[in-house]
Order: sequence, then C-alpha cells, then structure tokens
Amino acid sequence: MEQAIEKSRLQRFLDGDLWHSFKRNPVAIISFIVTVIMIAAAAFAPLIAPHDPFNLAAIDIMDASVPPAWQEFGDPRFVLGTDDQGRDIFSTILYGARISLIVGFASVIFAMVVGISLGLISGYVGGRTDAFIMRIADIQLSFPSILIALLIDGVARGVVPKEMHTDLSIYVLIFAIGVSGWVQYARTVRGSTLVEKNKEYVQAARVIGIRPLTILWRHVLPNVMGPVMVIATIHLALAIITEATLSFLGVGVPPTTPSLGTLIRIGNEYLFSGDWWITIFPGVALVILVLAVNLLGDWLRDALNPKLR
Amino acid sequence: MIAFIFKRLLQSVVVMLTVALIAFAMFRFVGDPVNNMVGQDTTDTERAQLAESLGLNDPFIVQFGRFAFNAMRGDFGISYKYRRPVSELILERLSATLELSFVSAVLALVVGIPLGVYTALRSKGIISKGIMVLSLMGVSLPTFLIGILLILLFGVVLRWLPTFGRGDVVDIYGWWTTGFLTVSGLKSLILPSITLAIFQLTLIMRLVRAEMLEVLRTDFVKFARARGLPDRAVHFKHALKNTLVPVITITGLQLGALIAFAIITESVFQWPGMGLLFIQAVADVDIPIMAAYLVLIAFFFVVINMVVDILYYAVDPRLRADAAV
Repeated sequence: MEQAIEKSRLQRFLDGDLWHSFKRNPVAIISFIVTVIMIAAAAFAPLIAPHDPFNLAAIDIMDASVPPAWQEFGDPRFVLGTDDQGRDIFSTILYGARISLIVGFASVIFAMVVGISLGLISGYVGGRTDAFIMRIADIQLSFPSILIALLIDGVARGVVPKEMHTDLSIYVLIFAIGVSGWVQYARTVRGSTLVEKNKEYVQAARVIGIRPLTILWRHVLPNVMGPVMVIATIHLALAIITEATLSFLGVGVPPTTPSLGTLIRIGNEYLFSGDWWITIFPGVALVILVLAVNLLGDWLRDALNPKLR
Repeated sequence: MIAFIFKRLLQSVVVMLTVALIAFAMFRFVGDPVNNMVGQDTTDTERAQLAESLGLNDPFIVQFGRFAFNAMRGDFGISYKYRRPVSELILERLSATLELSFVSAVLALVVGIPLGVYTALRSKGIISKGIMVLSLMGVSLPTFLIGILLILLFGVVLRWLPTFGRGDVVDIYGWWTTGFLTVSGLKSLILPSITLAIFQLTLIMRLVRAEMLEVLRTDFVKFARARGLPDRAVHFKHALKNTLVPVITITGLQLGALIAFAIITESVFQWPGMGLLFIQAVADVDIPIMAAYLVLIAFFFVVINMVVDILYYAVDPRLRADAAV
C-alpha cells in the first residue's frame, strides 16, 4: 500500500512541469550533476581522500610545498600538490568542502525555520505582531548580511569563554549566517500567507474549528513552499560564500577544522613565495560549488515562475 | 511632500535609536567594561571607583541616554586595545575607506551602465552572451577571491602594481589624507577598487539590462519606433531614461553596501581603512570600536536611504500622484 503511494508520487513528479523543464535545460542538468558530485565527494571525504590530512602521524614535513603533479618537482602521490605542512591539497579540499557544506546547509535550514515561522505568524496574526516583525525585518534588510554575521560573531566571541570558543565556533557561525538570512523567507512567506489566508479553503477550515497551527502547517505552508525553495537554493550559495568570507577574515571556523575559506586564508600567506596552488585550488573548488548552486537556483526560479511559462 | 519627508525622517530616527540600543547593549553586556579597561593588579575599590565614574551603576535608561547623547557628539569611549578614543581611530581611517568606496562606485557605474545597455540592445549577440556568462562568474566569485586572483596576476606574476597599503598619502585639512595626489597612491588604489567594484558592477549591469529589456517591450517604445524616430533616440531618450530611475535607487543603496564590503577588500589588501579596524576589533573583541562602527555604518545607510527615497519621490511624478489620491 505504502509503496503504491510512493510510486504514484514519483510518477506525479515525472509527469510534472518541473521535471519537464529540468530535462530540457542542459545548464540545469550539468549544474545539478556537479552539485551532487561535490556534495557526495564531501560527504564521503574519509573514503575518497587519498591521505588523511589531519592525522599528524601520516603527514610528513618533508613533503611540504610540493607543486601539483604535472609541474616540475611534482609528486604523483599529491595530484594537486601539498601545503606548507605537507598535507595533500586534494584531501584538504574534500574535508574543507565538507565543513563548508555543513555550515551552508545548517545555516540555510536555520534561517528557513526562523523565517518561515515568523512569516507565517506575521501574515496570519497580523496587526501589531505583524508590524513589529516586519519593522525588524526592514531594519535588518538595510544592512548587508555579512556585516550582521560579523557583528554576531564578534559579540559571541565576547560572550563565550575563550576555552570553549574553538569548539563552539562552528555553531556560532551557523547561527550568525542563519540570523543574517531569515528576512527573505519571512517576507515571502508573509506575502503568500496574506493571500492564502483569505481564500475559501482556509476560511472553511477555520469554520469547522481546526486550530490555527494546524491550518498554518497543513494548508498554508504547502502553498508557500515553491518560492521558499528558490530562496533556499540561492541562499545556500550565499551562505557558502559568507562562511568562506568569514573564515577567510579569520573569524569563522578554527584552523583545526578548516573550511574552504580557511584553506584559502592559509594559502594566501604563501602566495608571494610562489606557492600559488595552496590557495588557488580551494578557491576553484569554492567557485565551482557556488556557481553550480547559483545556476541551479536560477533555473528553479525560472521554472517555478508562472510568468515566464 | 513635506509630510512625506517628515515621516521618512521620523522612521530614520527610530532606526538609529534601535541601532544605538543594540550598540549600547553590546558595550554594556558583552564582557565587563571595567575588566576590559583596567590591568590585572587593580584593586576592587579602584574598580568600583571606575564603575562609578563610568556611570555603570546608574539605571539602564540613564546609561542609554548618556550613550546616545555622547554618540551624537561622536564620542564612543576608549578602545580597549589601543587605549585611545574610538572617534580618533575611526577619523584617521575614514578618508581611506571613503576614497576607496568612491572610486569603486564611479568605476561600477561608468562600466556597468554601458555594458548593461549594450547587452540589452544586442541581447542575441555573442559578445553579449559572453558578458553575461562573465557577469555570472562575477556574482559567484567571492570578493576576497577576486582580490587574491588580482594580487597573484598583477602583483606576483607581472609585478606591475602594489598589493598592499595606500602608498604615499598627502594630508589635507589635518585629518583627511588622500592618495589621489601621488603616483604610488593612485597605483595602490587600482587593485582594491577593481576588487570592490566587481560585485556592484555586475549587479548594476544586470539590473540595467533587465530594466532596459522590459522598457523596450513597452508600448510607448513601440510607438516611438512607429513614429519613425531613429534607433539612437528611442534607445537613449526613451528607454534609458526610464531605466535609470530604479538604477538610481539601487546604486544609492549599493553605496552603503560598498562601505560595508570594504571590510573584505581592506582585509585582503591591508588597506588602512575603517573596515580593517573593524575586522581587527571583531577578532580582539574590542567592543567600543565595534559599537561605533555599527552606529556609523547605520548612519551612512539611513542618510543614503533617505536621500534616495526623497530623490525618487522628486524624480518620479507617478509617486506624487499616488499620494494625492
């Protein structure tokens, strides 16, 4: 029985507009494949990575600053070369992408939950609650999100005791990036909620005595998820960039668990001595990841936009 | 019109008060201000005296009032790290950030608008498609990475341009230092300003292109063509003019963003501006500097937003008509 429902859902998806539009858009297909490969590579980093860059016993300082394999003095063991401590760049990129993606996804989910909840409340309750929430949103929107994330990070440094800071910094980062991004969700959800609220099916649900929370969850929310998914995809690209930027500025994740941004920061110090690969390869990985997610978001926005059909 | 400006002014005051409240809360409750100002061997009585003289025992609202009043006069207290007045530290670096932001804004406009017009008019051409792909790269490349790539190319490989600092600067009026008047100052400006401009440039270009395409489809443009006006007149007198209204808004708002994004650029190029001061303050938990920077940036944003809104109102007659109804 359950399988039958699953199958019909899949069937419905395959017959739907979204799949149809996806099939005919080569850019969307390529960026989807690239995104999936990068996520998989990051998720299975311990299995794929040829070396364990964080096992101090396995790295050898004699292998420090080896150029990429195809260059003179390159070593076939290290395809993309090694950094100043002899860690394999390809392996550190895999582990770094892992941290970048974890922070990216977690902060998007955080922003989504906060934004959707406040948007639903704002739109459904209305009145003063609505005015209050939207006023905060307006104020926050007039500042760039990177500045807000930086401020939250700075304040957290003051509040959290020093010895706990390294352990907690990744959560602080997720919180900071998440908080800096909730407004987009809240505004979109509020707008759609205002529209849905007055439709007959919601009125009917209210009349038969369904609780407001249930109405919001079962009836209103599914109707606002389309635009939310578009925002979430584009926000994911932005969150990854923000994380990389904060880590590059030295206020993100600690060097013991480097993200792509941290790797670029570390490599940047060796740029002038000619060891360009330490910083450029993590940078390329970051750009490919962000570009693929951005293109996917662009496609999704066009595909879900009824105006363009 | 007067009522509109007054309402807008009131809103701005509310925003500034909110930001000031956040800044004050940061100063008062993140860490202990007294602990941050004194050394290890200060006695408890001395600490109590300092707390009293700072007014930390007064009621919250009194303290906030004092903070807001002092902030209005530009007094943000003493930096924990430098042991100097925050206002002095910021003033020293203000000119560096403003010059960098100004050059980047001009660059973004002067390159962005023509590119946007070109890609809209020849939207099917190969060059336009190429520019659009490049602009997508511009959106996906983080600012700091653009900076690193420019440093690698022009600083390390070609060795054409300086990659850190402002070069030689000239003092004017005592506190304003400018890099515009020396060769090394101008050379130092090139890479940071390109880095800072690229994101805004792509944004303005894509906006002008989108607006232009929209306007070109409208009836009045078709009508102008039907009247037999030459392409040049239709494109620049009818289409571009109507495009520029939203462009003014976005550009104005982006001016504030430029000052904020300068944090990243200044950090990459070790540019001695406010942004670099701020990022070091975040790393050192130097709260007075963070609070002052927040208030200052908020002030820039509020002023820019207000000017843009009023300009918009003055430029677009439709808005005034709406208000009258």
